[in-house]
Amino acid sequence: MSGHSTYVPKSAVGKWFESRLPIVGLIHSSFVVFPNPRNLNYLWTFGGILAFMLVAQILTGVVLAMHYTPHVDFAFSSVEAIMRDVNYGWLLRYLHANGASMFFVAVYIHIFRGLYYGSYKAPREILWILGVVIFLLMMATAFMGYVLPWGQMSFWGAMVITNLFSAFPIVGETIVTWLWGGYSVANPTLNRFFSLHYLLPFMIAGVVILHIWALHVPGSNNPAGVEKQTEKDTLPFHPYFTVKDALALVCFIIFYCWFVFYTPNFLGHADNYIPANPAVTPAHIVPEWYFLPFYAILRAVPDKLGGVLLMFGAIAVLVFLPWLDTSKVKSANYRPLFRQFFWVFAVVCVLLGWVGAKPAEGGYILLARVLTAYYFAHFLIILPLLGLFETPKKVPASIAEAVLGKGGSANAMAAGAHAEPNTKG
Amino acid sequence: MDVATTAAEPTRRDFLYLATGAVGAVGVAAAIWPFISQMNPDADTIAQGAPVDFDLTPVAEGQIVKLFWRGKLIFVRNRTPAEVKAAEDVSLASLPDPQPDSARVKKGHANWLVVYGNCTHLGCVPLGNEGPYNGWLCPCHGSVFDTSGRIRQGPAPTNLPVPPYEFVSDTKIKIG
Amino acid sequence: MKRLTFIRAAFAAAALASAPAAMAAGATVEPPSLKWTFSGPFGQYDATQLQRGFKVFREVCAACHSAEYLAFRNLSQPGGPEFSAAQVKALAAEYKIKAGPNDQGEMYERPGRPADRWPSPFPNKEAAAAANGGAYPPDMSVIAKARTYERGFPRFVFDIFTQFQEQGPDYLAALLTGYTDPPKDVTVPAGKYYNTYFPGHIIAMPPPLNAGAIEYPKGADGRPQAPETVEQYAKDVTAFLMWMAEPKLEQRKELGFKVMIFLLVFAGLLYFTKKKIWSKVEGHAHGPAF
Repeated sequence: MSGHSTYVPKSAVGKWFESRLPIVGLIHSSFVVFPNPRNLNYLWTFGGILAFMLVAQILTGVVLAMHYTPHVDFAFSSVEAIMRDVNYGWLLRYLHANGASMFFVAVYIHIFRGLYYGSYKAPREILWILGVVIFLLMMATAFMGYVLPWGQMSFWGAMVITNLFSAFPIVGETIVTWLWGGYSVANPTLNRFFSLHYLLPFMIAGVVILHIWALHVPGSNNPAGVEKQTEKDTLPFHPYFTVKDALALVCFIIFYCWFVFYTPNFLGHADNYIPANPAVTPAHIVPEWYFLPFYAILRAVPDKLGGVLLMFGAIAVLVFLPWLDTSKVKSANYRPLFRQFFWVFAVVCVLLGWVGAKPAEGGYILLARVLTAYYFAHFLIILPLLGLFETPKKVPASIAEAVLGKGGSANAMAAGAHAEPNTKG
Repeated sequence: MDVATTAAEPTRRDFLYLATGAVGAVGVAAAIWPFISQMNPDADTIAQGAPVDFDLTPVAEGQIVKLFWRGKLIFVRNRTPAEVKAAEDVSLASLPDPQPDSARVKKGHANWLVVYGNCTHLGCVPLGNEGPYNGWLCPCHGSVFDTSGRIRQGPAPTNLPVPPYEFVSDTKIKIG
Repeated sequence: MKRLTFIRAAFAAAALASAPAAMAAGATVEPPSLKWTFSGPFGQYDATQLQRGFKVFREVCAACHSAEYLAFRNLSQPGGPEFSAAQVKALAAEYKIKAGPNDQGEMYERPGRPADRWPSPFPNKEAAAAANGGAYPPDMSVIAKARTYERGFPRFVFDIFTQFQEQGPDYLAALLTGYTDPPKDVTVPAGKYYNTYFPGHIIAMPPPLNAGAIEYPKGADGRPQAPETVEQYAKDVTAFLMWMAEPKLEQRKELGFKVMIFLLVFAGLLYFTKKKIWSKVEGHAHGPAF
């Protein structure tokens, strides 16, 4: 997905093929010789990890669909049959269920890396917005997937989330009825959620291709936040970044497997092992952990429509981030004030998640409101103003300088700007 | 990882690259196995495939009864003496898939023929008491079977196979 | 023992203090953490315990509770109670299974086979509820995974590292032994019972276990394999329920160990490969760049 293909096929068949469909050359120029900034740190490995997670979820998902029955009378028992009778069914299901969580772990690290290093700034605005689209699709996919086992949390999650749309005036009820395919969350709802849960990952894959395409136009941002200029700034993707990504990926898989093999139900809810019962709501319903911050924002607002709008607004605001951040400097390494606000924002997001898991009452509501206000203030007030008032540190002239120091010697590295990302942990 | 091929002589680096690549390949291969294995029959299907008993008393002489074992169609035919004689009197040399009738029934129960009910050509269900030999005639591609379920004419390559079964008593068989 | 109870009470109090909702409900008492053979990375079921637990389940629980996802054949599979195939066949044959319709279009009963599911004590949920004072006795197949209690911060973080997954069994064992006389200010409605650990304390299930009510298999010395007490019955049947909820637990942990060893070796190799490859790059000679 980049211009300079140096690939020359060796064999006659290769030449014949390449002159008709230059796909090997495309892969070669995108993932073999593609010049990456040499100073990428391990936070940049999460793109590859996410690609792996998408493929892993699609593979395990396709296989689970061979055994799953999308019908209210059989969904729960077909999942139990997968857990008990299907060869390695327990493994495939736990991989898929925990894989969703791992996907979000990786995507949140990926997003916060972008926020820290200003990866959304010109010329990467479209890249960033495509990322927000992927994030939205992921949320829709994960939500519908959680409905499929048709346990208590599945059912009541579907009930609560679909009812969000009833907040819209006049058309709300019509939309909800349309979503349900009936007058309540029932078999048609489950059936269509299964269909869409199967479809959306392929749409994600499509947007991911656009995302990588948009990435390969300017190339990756980097910890220094300056664009690559000469060959000295870069290293070929293979073997330098393939091996680095592989190492990071295997470490991530160890983390993933810990949950799959040793605490497979830690990230789920016990209530989802109770078959769906439309007559009884569980005492304390909460969404999956990755939705909690948004759930907290939803509940922070006393008005139904207001809560829904603010929750969607919390994601929509990300679309405008490239223009809300007025600073020309990308990397937080050279923005001392922004760096502090970044960490405050990160803590606010974690706290929102914590409040989202707590009952909506008393002090928690107040805290949720304060945090919600700060969440939006970060994007709508702090970032626009910060660019005007902050004095950034001196940005290195090039990536090579950031890595090697002014003199270009290896020894200068330890004291140079390259050491900077190390200190932030 | 094709890095290993870049140096001419084997060094420790080559070994490291080779070992890493090999371990990675083993990991990928091992990870594929559950995805293949899951398509095999699951524990419930296997358990449901246990042998079943079938009571022969309601099957009148000349009658063909269809039943299922492991989801497969089975014909149980209570043959008339004439049908048994026709099956036994055939010269083996004239058969495409030579097999004496005695090898296709249980000793002392020559009137009972138990065969799988799908044509050995492409799996259609042959019609009973039809065709030149009054055995079975497959409506799809015209294979003709005799009263022993043996192929006589048409595209089917082999006789209708006999499933594993045994007589528990004179009136009861256990299939499987 | 007393001190332990005190510490537990203190823990429970701390949990309550950090969870106002629970306090508002006024109903959560944290069950004590018991020692289970199936906990931890090398945890395994104790087949003899599961066999005893099955006896308790069969003679007591199964009178009212269904276990839809248990098949007779499961009782002989590895990583379970591991009865012999012949024992399971004989056991299944003791039960009547509804089958049909036959050629006349009628349903009939036949002796059970190992492939059959555990027959439910009632034909449907409504019948089960009607026979039990309006309260449907929940299905027991996955109940050990369907019950939990709030772990609270920071314990839920530690649970990732300690692999603590036994909230369900702890709760069930506590519930089965948690019947007491109600406090003076609580009146228990007729046909209901007071249980320390049940959320809200008022439970429809009568105390199911009585000391000596179930005969355990005798050991070589002629004495029962395990004490015939309510505590032991509760522990054994809970272990059985956990197996029923998670029958592949042993396979999971065994495979997990192999996978972890493999991944650690692979990660180590990749680490050195990465180091070698990057050692050629100026400015990155001193290990991985971060």
